[in-house]
Amino acid sequence: MNELNQDPQQETGKRSTKRTVATLALVTILMFGFAFAMVPLYRLVCSVTGINSIATNSGRTLAENIVTTTDTVSERNITVQFDATINGNVAWEFRPSVRSIVVKPGEKTTISYYVKNHSDEAVVTQSIPGVTPWQATKHLKKIECFCFDTQTLQAGEAKDMGLQFVIDPELPDDISTITLSYTIMDTNRSESLTPNTDNIPTVGSDSTASNNKNTNS
Amino acid sequence: MSNRFLKPCTAFALPSLLLTSGAVLAEYKFNFPEPVSPVTKEVFDLHMMTSAVALIIMVLVTIFFVYSIYKFRKSKNYEPDQEFHKGWFGTWSWALVPAIVLGIDLTIAGSASSTFDLIEDKTPADLTVKVTGSQWKWTYEYMEDDVKIVSTLLPKEEAGELYLRTVDNPLVLPTDRRVRFLHTATDVLHAWWVPAIAVKKDSIPGYINETWTIIEKEGNYHGQCAENCGTGHAFMPIQVNAIAGEEFDTWMSKQKEIKLAKMAEAASGKVWALDELMTKGEELYNKNCSACHKPDGSGIPPVFPPLKGSAIALGDVSKHLEVVIKGASGTAMAAWGNQLDDLELAAIITYERNAWENNTGDAVQPSDVKAAR
Amino acid sequence: MSTTTTHEDHHHAPPTGFGRWLFSTNHKDIGTMYLIFSLIMLFIGGGMAMLIRAELFYPGLQFLEPDLFNNLVTVHAIIMVFGVVMPAAAGMANWMVPLQIGAPDMALPRLNNLSFWLLPAAAILLMLSVIVPFFGGGTPVNTGWTLYPPLSIQSGMGMDLLIFTMHTLGISSILAAINIVTTIINMRAPGLTMMKLPLFIWAWLFTGILLIMIMPALAGGVTMLLFDRHFGTSFFDAAGGGDPVLFQHLFWFFGHPEVYVLLLPSIGVLGVIVPTFSRKPLFGYKSLVWGMGVLLLLGMVVWAHHQYTIGMSVAATNYFMIGTILISIPVGLMLFNFMLTMWRGAMTFETPMLFAIAIIVMFSFAGTTGVMLAVVPADLQYHDTYFVVAHFHYALIPGALFGLYAGVFFWLPKWTGHMYNETLGKIFFWWTTIGFNLTFFPQHFSGLAGMPRRIVDYSVQFVEFNQISSIGAFIFGLSHLLFVYIIIQTVRGGEKAADKPWEGAQIGTPGLEWTLSSPPPFHSFETPPTVK
Repeated sequence: MNELNQDPQQETGKRSTKRTVATLALVTILMFGFAFAMVPLYRLVCSVTGINSIATNSGRTLAENIVTTTDTVSERNITVQFDATINGNVAWEFRPSVRSIVVKPGEKTTISYYVKNHSDEAVVTQSIPGVTPWQATKHLKKIECFCFDTQTLQAGEAKDMGLQFVIDPELPDDISTITLSYTIMDTNRSESLTPNTDNIPTVGSDSTASNNKNTNS
Repeated sequence: MSNRFLKPCTAFALPSLLLTSGAVLAEYKFNFPEPVSPVTKEVFDLHMMTSAVALIIMVLVTIFFVYSIYKFRKSKNYEPDQEFHKGWFGTWSWALVPAIVLGIDLTIAGSASSTFDLIEDKTPADLTVKVTGSQWKWTYEYMEDDVKIVSTLLPKEEAGELYLRTVDNPLVLPTDRRVRFLHTATDVLHAWWVPAIAVKKDSIPGYINETWTIIEKEGNYHGQCAENCGTGHAFMPIQVNAIAGEEFDTWMSKQKEIKLAKMAEAASGKVWALDELMTKGEELYNKNCSACHKPDGSGIPPVFPPLKGSAIALGDVSKHLEVVIKGASGTAMAAWGNQLDDLELAAIITYERNAWENNTGDAVQPSDVKAAR
Repeated sequence: MSTTTTHEDHHHAPPTGFGRWLFSTNHKDIGTMYLIFSLIMLFIGGGMAMLIRAELFYPGLQFLEPDLFNNLVTVHAIIMVFGVVMPAAAGMANWMVPLQIGAPDMALPRLNNLSFWLLPAAAILLMLSVIVPFFGGGTPVNTGWTLYPPLSIQSGMGMDLLIFTMHTLGISSILAAINIVTTIINMRAPGLTMMKLPLFIWAWLFTGILLIMIMPALAGGVTMLLFDRHFGTSFFDAAGGGDPVLFQHLFWFFGHPEVYVLLLPSIGVLGVIVPTFSRKPLFGYKSLVWGMGVLLLLGMVVWAHHQYTIGMSVAATNYFMIGTILISIPVGLMLFNFMLTMWRGAMTFETPMLFAIAIIVMFSFAGTTGVMLAVVPADLQYHDTYFVVAHFHYALIPGALFGLYAGVFFWLPKWTGHMYNETLGKIFFWWTTIGFNLTFFPQHFSGLAGMPRRIVDYSVQFVEFNQISSIGAFIFGLSHLLFVYIIIQTVRGGEKAADKPWEGAQIGTPGLEWTLSSPPPFHSFETPPTVK
């Protein structure tokens, strides 16, 4: 391909080889960039279209934007269930102040979540909201939420964290129950995520290892 | 090692061993287990329909090959038709074939959509159960009743042939009531899958998903964690015990009573006698602690220290409380504070301080634990 | 050893010794190295599969710890995908693309050398990732090849090595793809227009383009994973504002088209084998080319059918379901065209043709189970069970691996100058096909009966299916010793192969490779042939 291709036709071939390689290399670089562009893009697509994702659920709705809909308080009764999950292996308490309430769409509602840090170290927590059914995701609008920021808890500290939300009257008719679930996480993930494999059977200990039954609750 | 290696080898030599599961042949299936809820019944029908389409296509392909291989072979001096691809069929097959395939596709997609609508049906439920996956156990919370069940693998000796299908505390559900499941996880991905009663949705930390069911038949239903969750992935089975509605109500009120009694006991401020705590403590110790520290308190040094004659068990009570409640950082000792209640911890600590000739005579009270938290 | 550089005089005999291979810029030598590398990796990956099946022969834990078991499952997949099928297909492209288009070599010969020698480096990194957990490297990579966080965040150092492996493999295949695509576009012999190209060339053109589009996305995804693990970023960590589901999208954006990267070269091989042994031109050449193009486009936009269970919206789910089902159209068209190529032909049944027929039957079956899996409500049951395992092994072993075996038997006379032993070839075909079906057919049933994937221990109710499967796997695995024997035997000697060993090889195609001697000279087509 080198010296032996001396005729002019092959020379143009060489130039077009360069062009092809350059084009393909450019595509490669663009696609590598695309992977990183997926991060904001995914967030954007999800929050615009209301696809169930952490980004959609964590969205803040400005109070001013709610005012326009409050005059259209509907007569529908919607049950909102509150749920709490503690992520990882941590000594905390986390629960909603009420398990469920009945609200009308367009009506601002405030509740709170109770959290206590039983460990002897200060922790920085982040709560992640989740909504089900997913069709309600973009209709449950949070005006104030402890999930908008991280929360620092000193050793032994307890607090009530506020949440104010409103349900959009455009909530689809077939939905009458919405569950709003918060998962509280330690922002320092290194330790809380280490699993405890003590109770998993190992080779040669089939019959005994499973004895180490653990009835944590 | 060699012994273990030989086991499969012997079986390899003895094909008769292929039928080792004779006793559980009742569960032996070529297909999904019998569906018992409206959702799974529809999905099952859809599955059978697509399977039938697959079967028909495979039969046609096989017929084509059997005929072609028999007919169009050189050894039979068949003269190849060199112009075949230029005929009308060759000209139009690019449109005809996709049209036929599209027809089949749309039929399947159409019935899939109606089934999907049923899965997404939002009729209010009678009962909501939150299913939380953790490495490696399932936690069930009856949201309306505030009752919680933790469900782990039943060991081989107790489970027998149903090992890896049964659990210590099955999820109890009523038949003929609409149950809504909420799925989430506390560490990594899991998926709660009981094929007979509901479709699966992933349990993802930070997300909440839902599925629903109306179980139409009483019985025990089994399933497993379907999404790889690490070391213990194979060891977190699911068992659902479906019972009649009234039976369920009785069961539920009993669960609530037990819970209330426990709370009352802990809150009563009753001063417990040493032997009461010792009896309770021995049971709880064997259940929770003996795996590592051994029933005789000898431990497995150096990782799991002995408790018999240990400085902590014989020393200051407050130090002992701290280690058990908050764990010992940098060691295998877990923080039990959020896993056991005050009374349970008091009993265990009392037991540890008095068993195996430790004889400190300390009767640690639930109130001491509460104060130490 | 310095003789093998670009200054080398093209009319000299091939360089000898170690340097011939290490510094090779010759497409035939590099092709051979690719093929040998993938054969070695086939035995490593296959050996892991044997360990997995041996562990699953009996319920209970026999000799693999749960973490090691899932580590083997993970590494088996990565080896088979990146270490066997892709290098073997690239090796075949290295050999056949210049020969079939009448080019003297690849467009970028030195780059070609680099893209091969990155592979052994990647293989060493991969093996290290298996070994480090035994020397205090933390938890083995027990996630499966999908590497989903948060589980992949829990893994130890093996995970980092695996990520570097992915990077190295990614660079290697991107470079190979750029090289092959450039060669096909720019180095065709005069008169060889695009619509005269053998189907294998078309298939590799699409494969190369696909690789360039998807491998960088995977590289990006695993880089983010690496950053999350060590540099405090939160791409996939919810606590820091990330989203674990995003990784699944990134992975499958690569992962689904990757399936077509594995399949297309083999479809190309079928496109030259089926007409040869039917002694009749390929039926629907144009629709096959267009079909592959449509497959490429559709394949890029249906990735989320691997994630139906995450709880997507109805609109998204329906979109991905319909997109996925539509894939049956180009695939169905391709298989149908191959079948009609045989129709009214004069078939003979040499080993490559036997493989081709078996591929069409078994791949059709994989296609039908693929449609079953695409149907969302049913997939909510099938997902993550052995039904899926059975499906993709039916797609990838016939669809990719057997296609490559067929190609090896088809071109081995050309490469070595010797005919392989036809009887042994046929024995190998039946042995491996029966072993394969015995292994994977029962897995459909164990999946439906409720057995999830990636479990080290199972309940006794699944024992029959697993034992049949394991026995089948041992039969399947052993058959490959015969494969290696046949190849060595052919390389070392045997009946001399004619320049055109197959009677029908040039029917309906320029078939430039058959105009050369068997084996072809070290430097071929130094003067471009002219195609009329």
